[in-house]
Amino acid sequence: MHEFSVCQALIAQVEQIAISHGALKVQSVKLRIGPLSGMELPLLEHAYPFASAGTLAEGSILEIERAPLKVKCEACGLDSKVKPNLLTCRMCGSCKTRVVSGEELMLMSVELITT
Amino acid sequence: MCNTCGCNITPGNREFAYKPVNGKTAVSVLENLLARNDDQAEHNRQHFDKHRLLTVNLMSSPGAGKTALLEATIDALRDKYRIGVIEGDLETENDAVRIRARGVPAYQITTGSACHLDAHMVHDALHKFPLEGLDILFIENVGNLVCPASFDLGQHKNVTLLSVTEGDDKPAKYPVMFRAADIVLLTKSDLLPVLDDFDPERAELSLRNLGSRAPVIRLSARKSLNLGDWLDWLIGELVQKRGKLASDVLVQPVAEPQSISSNTGMQG
Repeated sequence: MHEFSVCQALIAQVEQIAISHGALKVQSVKLRIGPLSGMELPLLEHAYPFASAGTLAEGSILEIERAPLKVKCEACGLDSKVKPNLLTCRMCGSCKTRVVSGEELMLMSVELITT
Repeated sequence: MCNTCGCNITPGNREFAYKPVNGKTAVSVLENLLARNDDQAEHNRQHFDKHRLLTVNLMSSPGAGKTALLEATIDALRDKYRIGVIEGDLETENDAVRIRARGVPAYQITTGSACHLDAHMVHDALHKFPLEGLDILFIENVGNLVCPASFDLGQHKNVTLLSVTEGDDKPAKYPVMFRAADIVLLTKSDLLPVLDDFDPERAELSLRNLGSRAPVIRLSARKSLNLGDWLDWLIGELVQKRGKLASDVLVQPVAEPQSISSNTGMQG
């Protein structure tokens, strides 16, 4: 639902980078997104062409890398791969865990056409 | 200079910053997609701190009882604390009218069709809503268990309401929202005796499965059941916040006595 507003913020960020580098166009945009970011990837991909229309990023390729969801257990110290609604430790079952990967909503890099 | 817009790249370091290859340039960014919102939220937070406020963001599905909780909280605390409310809804001024009827200033943000408040909307509201003299500012977010969780508004604490007329598996269904909660309130608890399919313990287990250690309180705003625990938590947070602000002031260099007296709200 809020993917379009996030996508608009992304495009604004990308355009600013493109302008500061004197780019003619944006070739591709790379994101890294985790399952706990609150972002639905298909919706974001859908919104991208609309949000980028008429900007330097129009027609660019959106690449999304999925970050794995991992927690670190404060009780037994082990890392485990978990599901978004079951973030307890896979090893000892403790709920005293900390998410170490999976909340990312990152703009990793931008490829620009400069000549 | 910052790492946001490219102003950290100067003619001197340009060639190290990136190398054009066949007319293409790869720029490494590593920045949160909501960086602009987060910057604005941080600005709002500083503004709240300057006014020595505790700012609380209320989130829940529509109809879980956010406004009723505010009404009961205002009634209970009106003699001791000054409260202000920023209301977020798609349309209507109804909630702000309900709050004002309790004798408390309220500002209504109508988002149109936007499903959440963001830091910029709150910032705009702050320009029209004086914070002077307030102790606690509540921001009642748009009723929605999805989007509001992704946008920092500058609040100090998140309160998530789960009414017992909903499913007790809501935390499992909306993990991002319930993980963001600093406290979870199971509202409309007076209805528990007639709602045999809502098990408060199952709701809490479903929250613990998210690795959350947030306290869970059952209460009924309408029937004034168990409001004490919620009010204790709220006042405790305010006291803690003020204590922290006071100690932050103490560790600042005493070069500008003017700014310190304005930070602490003391005169002269």
